[in-house]
Amino acid sequence: MVKEIERYGIPIVHMSTITTISESVGANRIVPTIAIPHPVGNPNLPENEEYSLRKKMVERAIDALGTEITEVTQF
Amino acid sequence: MAKKFRVLYYVNQFFGQIGGEEKAGVAPTFEAKTLGPALGFNGLLGDEGEVIGTIICGDNYFNENKEEALEYIMNVVKEQKPDIVVAGPAFNAGRYGMACAGVANAVVDELNIPVVTGMYVENPGVEECKSKAYVVSVADSAGGMREALPKMANLTKKLAKGEEIGLPEEEGYIPQGKRLTIFSDKRGSQRAVEMLLSRLNGEAFETELPMPVFDKVEPAKAIEDLSKATIALVTSGGIVPHGNPDRIQSASAQKWGKYDVSNIDALTGEYYTIHGGYDPVYANEKPDRVAPLDLLKEFEKEGKIGKVYEFFYTTTGTGTSVGNATKFGVEIGKELKEAGVDGVILTST
Repeated sequence: MVKEIERYGIPIVHMSTITTISESVGANRIVPTIAIPHPVGNPNLPENEEYSLRKKMVERAIDALGTEITEVTQF
Repeated sequence: MAKKFRVLYYVNQFFGQIGGEEKAGVAPTFEAKTLGPALGFNGLLGDEGEVIGTIICGDNYFNENKEEALEYIMNVVKEQKPDIVVAGPAFNAGRYGMACAGVANAVVDELNIPVVTGMYVENPGVEECKSKAYVVSVADSAGGMREALPKMANLTKKLAKGEEIGLPEEEGYIPQGKRLTIFSDKRGSQRAVEMLLSRLNGEAFETELPMPVFDKVEPAKAIEDLSKATIALVTSGGIVPHGNPDRIQSASAQKWGKYDVSNIDALTGEYYTIHGGYDPVYANEKPDRVAPLDLLKEFEKEGKIGKVYEFFYTTTGTGTSVGNATKFGVEIGKELKEAGVDGVILTST
């Protein structure tokens, strides 16, 4: 899906835990995440810490869309 | 002399000499004759086997009325009791390839009769049936008929006589994705080192387990001004509105859904996961842990991004075929492009 969407020329960032899969399916911008059942979150943390962790990850993803790249890049 | 093995042949309206595109709607018929490629094929079987008849079906008819077409075709197969069924070659004709694949899968699944067909490697029919039928790799147009038929006939003979089938590259068929156990006089470590040495020396070597080939897409240009950009959120994590209104499958998804999120600040409360491939507890508690709509909305408020796109797109990634995932990506990407979306965040579990 990532690759086909990017084929339209729209920058796309893949947030995924298993980044090797992400690379093998052709994602170019990748943000590694926490775990399969809660990629953008960590239920083991207190609420405020989980919140700041999540916010940082999403911000990284947004910034990735604003970053020019020439090859597969992990942010 | 041993009894000749019996081959039933399947062709489309064109190769069955009924007509071209204008006859693509014809329903299947059976003729106890060798028509089109079946004639040449029969000659290649020599004394060992014979083509007992030809089923002809219009490509459009097959693809638009698959159930009816297969019912007729399967009845003929049951009546004629062939030892093997041969279809095509379909070259790069998509509908013909899909028809050959449909016949092949039905015959193998229901009757356990082997099937040989021939297709150009990019024919969509290849993916449909290569694991069940033997799909000989042929040229992309009917100009390759003369090379295709002998390969198909060789495989047919071997299968009909119960002989062992060689590896794909030896026999000329498209790999079926099966891993076979074969005995080797060298242990794995030695073979691996030999391959590595060949590679380092720039010599040819043959892997024992080819990796799937994925094509690459060039990275799209970055967004120049994030504060004016519309960002869409997409997930393969199976996050859907409560009740799963579009009945998206929890595994091996056949479809995707899109939901208006322009009036909500988070997915939590109204959404949950139907994904069958991970422990749903954490996602059900807070689906934004899988698809972080809440934070995107916050960044929108803060002005870091211009806007969160009004629709959220979702499907289930587990067990979903590459073919379907590709199709979903093409369909979703088209909508996002037309809507003028500037960037996409896609989350996977």
